[in-house]
Amino acid sequence: MWTIPFLIMFPFLVSILMFTIRVNKVRNTIAYVSAGIIIAATAAMVVQWLAGGCQNMNLYYETHLIDRAMLVVVVLLMCLVTFLCFKYKRRLISLLSIIPTLMIVKLELNGPELSSIAHIHIDRLSVLMCVIIGLIGSLIVIYSVGYMHGYHHYHTEFEDRRYYFFMLLFVFLGSMFGFVLSESLLWIDLFWEMTSICSFLLIGYTRTEEAIANSFRALWMNLFGGVLLAVAIYLTAYGTGNLSLQNLVALGVAGEKAVMIPVAFIAVAALTKAAQMPFSTWLMGAMVAPTPSSALLHSATMVKAGIYVLFRLAPAMCGTTTGLLISFIGGFTFFAASFMAIAQSDGKKVLAFSTISNLGLMVACAGVGTSETIWAGVFLMIFHAVSKSLLFQNMGATENSLHSRDIENMHGLIYRLPRLGMFMFVGIAGMFLAPFGMLISKWSALKASVDESNILLVLFICFGSATTMFYWTKWMTKLISFTDTEIKVKDITKKDELFSLSIHAILMIALCLLFPLLSKTYVEPLLFEMFGHATAVLPTAVLYLLIVIICVIFCVPILAFKYSEHIEVSKKLSYMNGINVGNNKEFVDSFGEPKHLFMSNWYFRVLFGQRKLMVPCEIISAIFMIALLAVIIGGAV
Amino acid sequence: MTYRVIGVIAYLLLAPLLGGLLNGLDRKISARMQGRIGPSILQPFYDVRKLFSKQFIIVNPAQTFLILSYVLTLVFTGCMFFAGSDLLLCFFVLSTGATFLMFAACVTNSPYSNLGASRELVQIMSYEPAVLLTCVGFYLATGSFNVSDIIQSKMSAIFMTPGFFAAFVFILTIKMRKSPFDLSTSHHPHQEMVKGVTTEMGADNLALFQLSEWYETVFLMGVVGLFFINENPWSYLVAILAILAVYFLEILIDNTSARVKWDTMLKLAWGVTLFAAGTNLIILMIAR
Amino acid sequence: MGNVKRSPWLLHYDGSSCNGCDIEVLACLTPVYDVERFGVINTGDPMQADIFLITGGINTQNQAVVKQLYDQMPKPKVVVAVGVCACTGGVFKDCYNILGGVDTTIPVDIYVPGCAARPQAIIDGVVKAVELFQKRSDEMEQKKKESRKEQK
Repeated sequence: MWTIPFLIMFPFLVSILMFTIRVNKVRNTIAYVSAGIIIAATAAMVVQWLAGGCQNMNLYYETHLIDRAMLVVVVLLMCLVTFLCFKYKRRLISLLSIIPTLMIVKLELNGPELSSIAHIHIDRLSVLMCVIIGLIGSLIVIYSVGYMHGYHHYHTEFEDRRYYFFMLLFVFLGSMFGFVLSESLLWIDLFWEMTSICSFLLIGYTRTEEAIANSFRALWMNLFGGVLLAVAIYLTAYGTGNLSLQNLVALGVAGEKAVMIPVAFIAVAALTKAAQMPFSTWLMGAMVAPTPSSALLHSATMVKAGIYVLFRLAPAMCGTTTGLLISFIGGFTFFAASFMAIAQSDGKKVLAFSTISNLGLMVACAGVGTSETIWAGVFLMIFHAVSKSLLFQNMGATENSLHSRDIENMHGLIYRLPRLGMFMFVGIAGMFLAPFGMLISKWSALKASVDESNILLVLFICFGSATTMFYWTKWMTKLISFTDTEIKVKDITKKDELFSLSIHAILMIALCLLFPLLSKTYVEPLLFEMFGHATAVLPTAVLYLLIVIICVIFCVPILAFKYSEHIEVSKKLSYMNGINVGNNKEFVDSFGEPKHLFMSNWYFRVLFGQRKLMVPCEIISAIFMIALLAVIIGGAV
Repeated sequence: MTYRVIGVIAYLLLAPLLGGLLNGLDRKISARMQGRIGPSILQPFYDVRKLFSKQFIIVNPAQTFLILSYVLTLVFTGCMFFAGSDLLLCFFVLSTGATFLMFAACVTNSPYSNLGASRELVQIMSYEPAVLLTCVGFYLATGSFNVSDIIQSKMSAIFMTPGFFAAFVFILTIKMRKSPFDLSTSHHPHQEMVKGVTTEMGADNLALFQLSEWYETVFLMGVVGLFFINENPWSYLVAILAILAVYFLEILIDNTSARVKWDTMLKLAWGVTLFAAGTNLIILMIAR
Repeated sequence: MGNVKRSPWLLHYDGSSCNGCDIEVLACLTPVYDVERFGVINTGDPMQADIFLITGGINTQNQAVVKQLYDQMPKPKVVVAVGVCACTGGVFKDCYNILGGVDTTIPVDIYVPGCAARPQAIIDGVVKAVELFQKRSDEMEQKKKESRKEQK
C-alpha cells in the first residue's frame, strides 16, 4: 500500500512548497493540484483496500529510524512552542509542552523494553476517517484559495501571509492522516501535538490581540490534553509492555482493571480535542480565525480526532464507570451548548456552539459504547462533517459578500444571495430535519441510552433536541423572510468556493438518500470489526419506514410546489393594521412618515446568555471530569 | 399488513370528520361554559367549506406550497401512527412538518405572523422534551417504539407510565394551542396579536390549516388512547373514554385560565416534564 | 352552490367613532345576544374576514387604512356601516378632518342606523349582510364555472 505513506507525507511536502512560493497565482495552482492529488490518493487507497477485500491491515513493524526522526520532530515542536510562549509572555504554557515531550523522550531513549507492534493500522473506521479528511479537507483547501483572496481584499488591515496559511493547512491535513492511520501511541502522540500546534498557529493567523489570546487558550487546552495523553502512554508502556492502541482496547474489553487508567486518561485527552465542556472555550475562541481554518478545525479534522479516539476506546469503555461519566459529560455538553447557541446572533458562534453540542452527542455515544450508539455516533460524525463544513464555508463566503455574519443581517438571504442562501438552507436542514441522518442518529442514540438505563443521557438528549430545533429553525426562518423590495447584494463568491460548496451540498443530499445503504454495507461491518458480533441496528421495519419518510419528505414539497404553481391567486399586502406604505417593508409611523419594518429573532439573552450559563456549565462538567479521574484512579488502585 | 392499510385509510377518511366534530364539540362546550348557546356542532365544517369557496388570496407565492407541505407531512405522520409504525419517528416527522408551518408564517415577512412563528417555536421547544420522553416511556413500558407492538401488550402502558401521561397531557395544552398556552395563535376574540402564525393565511390556506389541525388533533388523541390500549378489545372503549375525558379537561383548562408569558410556559412545561416524566423514568429504569 | 351563510366572519373596524357603537358591537358577542350561534366570529384579520363592519366616520388619517383593509379581504365580501357616523358622518360630519360616511371611501352594502346602533339592529344588519354574502358567493361560483367551461 504505497498510498498510505504517500497520504501522510505528501501534504507535508506540499506545505514546504506553499511556504517557499510567494507568487499567489503559482501557489494557488499548486494548491488546487495538490488538493486534487490528495483526493485521488484517498480514492486510490480506498480502491486498493477494497480490492484487497476490505481486510484489516497492520503495517510497519520495524520503524526504528522513523521513530528517531519523529523524536527529533517532537523536540523541535517543543522548541517552537516554548519560543512562542516566551515571545508572547505566556511562559507557563511552555511547561505543558516541555513536560510531555520530556516524558516521551525518556520513554523512547531510556524506557522499558517494548514488544514490537504494527505502527499503522487500517480498518473501516480509519478508512472512513481518511475519506472524510481527504475529501472534505481537500475541498476546504480549494475553497480557501478563493476565500483568502476575498478575505485579504476586504480585511486590508491584516498582513497577507497566505503562504503561511496554506502551509499550515497542508501540515494539518498530513498530520490528520497520520493521526487516524497510526496504531502506535507514540505516533498518535506526535500527530496529536502537531494538530494542536497547527490549530494554535491558524487561530493566531491575524495576529490581533484577540487572536493571540484565543490562540494561546486553544494551545494550553490542547497541550493539557497532550500531557494527559503522554501520561497515558507512559502508563501503557509500563503496564502492557507495548504501545499498541488496539492491544490496550482489547485488554480493556477483557476486563483488565489497570488498563482502565490509561484508557480514561486518553479519553479525557480526547475530550479536550473534541472541545467538550469544560474545555469548549477554545473552540469558541477559534472563531477569530479565517473561516477555512474554522471549517477545517470544526468539521473535517481536529475535533473529529477526539471523537475518533473515543470511538476506538468505546468497546473498552462500554459498561464501565469511565464510559458512564464520559457519556454524562458528552450529554451535558450537548444540552448546555445547544442552550447557549440560542442566545447567539453571530452566525459563526452559533455554528461553533452547535459543533460543540453535536460533538457532545457523539462523545456521549462513544461513552455508552454499545454497537448501537457507535452506529449513531459514526453517522453523526459523517453527517456533521459534511453539513458543518458546508455551513462554515458558506458563512465565510456570505461574510465576504455581506460584510457581516450576524444572523439578523441575513434577513431574506435566500433572495439577496440566492446561491449562498440556498446552500445555507440545505446545510441547516441537514443538521436537524427529519430525512437527514442527524435525526435518525438521535433516534438510535436515544434508544440505546434507554436500553443502557442511562437516565441522565436520556434526559439530556430529549431536552437538547428541543433547544437544537429552536436555534436552527429560527435561523432558517430568517433566511426565507421575504419582502419585495429587498436590496440585492453583489455576490463576490469565487468559482472555487462555489465548487466546494456545491460538492458539499450534493454530498449532503446523496448521503441522505444513500444512508440506509451505507449503514448496511459499511457501518454495520465496521461495528462487527469493533465489537466482534454482528448487529443490525436498524430493524428492517424501521429501514423501510425511513426510505418511505425520505421519499415523502423530499417529494411532498416538490409536489406541493408544482401544484401551487397552477392555482389562480390574488396577491395581497401583508397585514400591518392597514398602514403598509404600499409594500411589505414599510409602514406609516405616528408622524405620518414611512418607517422601515424589521422583525428580529428571539435570543433570550437574559435567560440563556453565554455569560450567564458558561461558568456554571463549566463547573458542573469539571466536577464530572474530576469525579471521573478520581473514580478511575481510586477504582484501579 | 391489512390492519395497517385499514388504519391508514380510516385515518385519512375519518380523521377530518372526527377532528372537525371534536372541534365543534369544543366550541359548543366552551360556549356553554360561558353561558352562551354557541354554534352548531357542525360549525367547523361550515367554516372550512366557506373558506374553500372564497377567492384564493396569498401574501407570498411560497406560502401555499409551504402550508400544503405542512398539511401533507402532518397527514403522513398520522398515517405512520395509525399504520402502527415507530412512535419516535412519527414525532420526528411531526416536528419537521412543524418547521414548514413556521416557514409559511415567516416567508411573508409580516410582523404578526413572524411573532406568531417565534412563539410557536418556543412552544415547540417547551413540549418537545415531553413528547420524546413519552416515546421513551412507551418503550420502557412495552419494550418497543412500534405502535403495533404497543397495542398488543399484556397490560396498558398507563399503569407503568402515569408520570409520562401527566406530562403528555400537560403539554397537550401547548400543542393544541389552548389557553393558557395559546401564544402562537390566539383565539379569535383576543386580537392583540391578530391571529399569530395564521395571520397571513386567508381563504384556502386557512382552510388547509384548519384541516391540518383536525388531523393533528386525531393523531394526538390517538397517542392519548395508546396509553390505555392493550390486547384486550375492551381497552379500546376505555381509551375512547380517556380521550374524551382528556379532551374535556383541555376545554376546561382553556376556558378557565388566562394566557401566560413565554418564559412561564417554558419553565412550567419543562418543570412538569422533568418532575413527572423524569421521576417516572427513574423509577422504571431502576425497576428494570 | 356551497352554503356559506352559516359562517360569516366579521372584521370590526373602529373609524372615528365615539366607541358607543363599538361597545354595542361587542355586546352582540355576549351571552345575551350570542351571535356565535349563527357562526359569526369576530376575527381581527382582514384576510380571514367576510363582512367588514365599520363604526364611526372616515377621517383623513384612516381613509387609507380602510381602503387597505377592504382590499386585503378576499372576495366575496360585504361592507356594513354601523351607526349614523359610519352611514353619513353623523354629528362629526362638519369636523375639519372628517370626510363623511364610509361610502366616501369604499362601497357600502348595508347601512345600520342608530346612535348608538342597538345590538338588535346590528344583528339585523349582519343577517342582511349574510344573505348578500351568500348571493355574491353563488355568483362567484357561477362565474368560475363559466370560465372553466370556456377554457374547455
